[in-house]
Amino acid sequence: MTEMENIAIADQVDDSSHPNSFLTKYVWSQDHKVIAIQYSITAIAVGLIALVLSGIMRLQLGFPNEFSFIDPSSYLQFVTMHGMIMVIYLLTALLLGGFGNYLIPLMIGARDMVFPYLNMLSYWTYLLSVLVLVSSFFVSGGPTGAGWTLYPPQAILSGTPGADAGILLMLISLAIFIVAFTMGGLNYVSTILQARAKGMTLMRMPLTIWGIFVATILGLLAFPALLVSAIMMIFDKVVGTSFFMPAILSLGETLDHSGGSPILFQHLFWFFGHPEVYIVALPAFGMVSDVIAVHARKNIFGYRMMVWAIVAIGGLSFVVWAHHMYVSGMNPYFGFFFATTTLIIAIPTALKVYNWLLTLWRGNIHLTVPMLFAIGFIFTFTHGGLTGLMLGNVVIDLPLSDTFFVVAHFHMVMGVSPVMVLFAAIYHWFPLLTGRFLNNSLGKFHFWGTFLGTYAIYLPMHYLGFLGVPRRYFAMGETDFIPESAQTLNAGITVSAIIVGLVQLVFIANLIWSTFKGKKSGRNPWQATSLEWQTAQFPPGHGNWGEHVPQVHRWAYDYSVPEVKDDFIPQNISPEEVEYLISDENNSREDK
Amino acid sequence: MPNNQQQEQSQASKSSSWQSVKNDWGTDKQAFDMPWGKLMMWIFLLSDTFIFSIFLISYMNVRMSVTVPWPNPSEVFALTIAGHHIPLVLIAIMTFILITSSGTMAMAVNYAYQGNKKKAVYLMLTTALLGASFIGMQAFEWTKLIVEEGIRPWENPMGANQFGAAFFMITGFHGLHVSAGVIYLAMIAKRISQGKYDNKGYQIVEITGLYWHFVDLVWVFIFAFFYLW
Repeated sequence: MTEMENIAIADQVDDSSHPNSFLTKYVWSQDHKVIAIQYSITAIAVGLIALVLSGIMRLQLGFPNEFSFIDPSSYLQFVTMHGMIMVIYLLTALLLGGFGNYLIPLMIGARDMVFPYLNMLSYWTYLLSVLVLVSSFFVSGGPTGAGWTLYPPQAILSGTPGADAGILLMLISLAIFIVAFTMGGLNYVSTILQARAKGMTLMRMPLTIWGIFVATILGLLAFPALLVSAIMMIFDKVVGTSFFMPAILSLGETLDHSGGSPILFQHLFWFFGHPEVYIVALPAFGMVSDVIAVHARKNIFGYRMMVWAIVAIGGLSFVVWAHHMYVSGMNPYFGFFFATTTLIIAIPTALKVYNWLLTLWRGNIHLTVPMLFAIGFIFTFTHGGLTGLMLGNVVIDLPLSDTFFVVAHFHMVMGVSPVMVLFAAIYHWFPLLTGRFLNNSLGKFHFWGTFLGTYAIYLPMHYLGFLGVPRRYFAMGETDFIPESAQTLNAGITVSAIIVGLVQLVFIANLIWSTFKGKKSGRNPWQATSLEWQTAQFPPGHGNWGEHVPQVHRWAYDYSVPEVKDDFIPQNISPEEVEYLISDENNSREDK
Repeated sequence: MPNNQQQEQSQASKSSSWQSVKNDWGTDKQAFDMPWGKLMMWIFLLSDTFIFSIFLISYMNVRMSVTVPWPNPSEVFALTIAGHHIPLVLIAIMTFILITSSGTMAMAVNYAYQGNKKKAVYLMLTTALLGASFIGMQAFEWTKLIVEEGIRPWENPMGANQFGAAFFMITGFHGLHVSAGVIYLAMIAKRISQGKYDNKGYQIVEITGLYWHFVDLVWVFIFAFFYLW
């Protein structure tokens, strides 16, 4: 009933459908690989804006009153835009729109996404959302300064920067982004479920695909909460409804609102916001697993447990959201419930960390640049995760809430860690895109600068948090309980942040230089087993597989198999094709 | 029927449901034995379910958090016909029409799989027509609430302001879904009559039907929570 009716690009290649003009090939392209690159370039570009914003924030914190172009309003606007851009428009878009698009069809052995046209629409809608967001810098009043959580009532009341046009553009941009994500996400899930190559069972998929798969499902179920709350807040702002707005006395005047519930927004926001953490983290978990296995020449330890851990983390992430709201006022039993579920998440997460370490244990570790970033990730993620355990407890969270400790925690766990994986992934898969390596020396410089630099930034922040330094404050002023040395530390953090920012410029330069002049990599330079490296053309062309879609005979982790000639067996090698050491003399290796 | 063999197979595998789950997920190529578009529609509807659930939960939340009394639905949603005050009469007709349209949609799917293109197209157009009349009556209902009762999203002379806000937002969002469904049905019906699915098969009718039934199902919940609570 099925196969004949599902003829489309993901199953069969139709020669007449290859694009040939520049426009159809690189701009209005329906090829998942081109769409992925479009997504990635847009995400990195907007991410650089957010990086500059964070630098400006740090300048103010490190050297207050030195820079006249930062006033309290613009500081809050930079904080807000930095957070929102980094979480949604960079990390979500780059991990799922960029790597998801690029790797899903290649790794599961499909010719493209199941609905390439929808996929193309997804990118252009995403670009629109980015443009709407960036346009808020140029409207009167500037972008919103409500903090990335956009809590009402303050987000839409005068007094908050950007409360006129900025907040509306932000909400509209988010709604457009959700439409874009839904179009892409439906494609990713359907493609993974329905368009795998023969022999590619779900339990043979590389963990990268599992991470992207579960993260996309989380996105499809969590973004609705953000969409609905954005719609309701737009109504509160434009039409004058009171969904989130209680009766408010502002500057001696009673506002027109009454009877709404600000806490409702917090629940809706975090029902989206917490799964969002794992929308970012799960693809990173998957990709880092594959990078570690390839560069340690060892099968991933506990593949099945790794899969179930991803699924369990995904499921649990929907029942922990209120741990972001311990200080909002909640029934203590709720706090107890959410603290418990939060701590339970530590189990599958710790399992993953142990499995990464056990994969490294007695592996043949190649300290390539991707591997350095992957190992760096294990450090930053463990540190961020352990502070998460602390903050998950109500009694510890209450005094630390809204301090730099929280900032340090979430930057370690979902800022630095996914970014480390993104770097690992970019260094790892760059040869697949371009046929060239990224420059190794610059890469190592980039790694050490980033890794040590982020520790120089965030370790002191934990300490500042313990001192009670609050987050989101423009300047501390006279404060009795914070010693003056805190300011010295803040200045040091700022210097580190500027250095880390500059190191990223080296990375961008490396990307551009290596795209054209990098060392030629040849086919499958890392000797990886997964399908994306086994394409007919290298780098893969439109339709990915040439004449025949590959047939899969094994899982993605056959590294260092005993008695076998090479130290890896690609997924599309049948048992008969495997060359063994003993019967080796008569076989030639030309087909390799 | 070409599907007989397959149905027998699926009957056999239903003997142990966990076994069939395992078979589905353990397979290569396709986890679900259905066309890509149909699976994608299911996943989309799952996501859309979350949207409507969150709308309704938010509505329940504000309804509980307001301090002003909520208006009585049998007064707000009443029509005076020939001097008689009849509560919920319009909404009863609207609900009846929408559920009837689900029936015609199901018949369209049935005829499509039998290969009776003409009947399928007519039934789809009937469904679209019923949907359009639902939208028309909704417009009438809105007009009555706005013009005669003076209810606005931001104010409500009959009780809590949030009544107007939640009502217009949620029924409006549902109305947009119905409108989109009418356009979708009309488009697909046109493409079928042009013969664009003659070679591909008529699963598209079922996919359209999935969406339509979903919109009807959502209405049942909106009806229960707004008009009966």
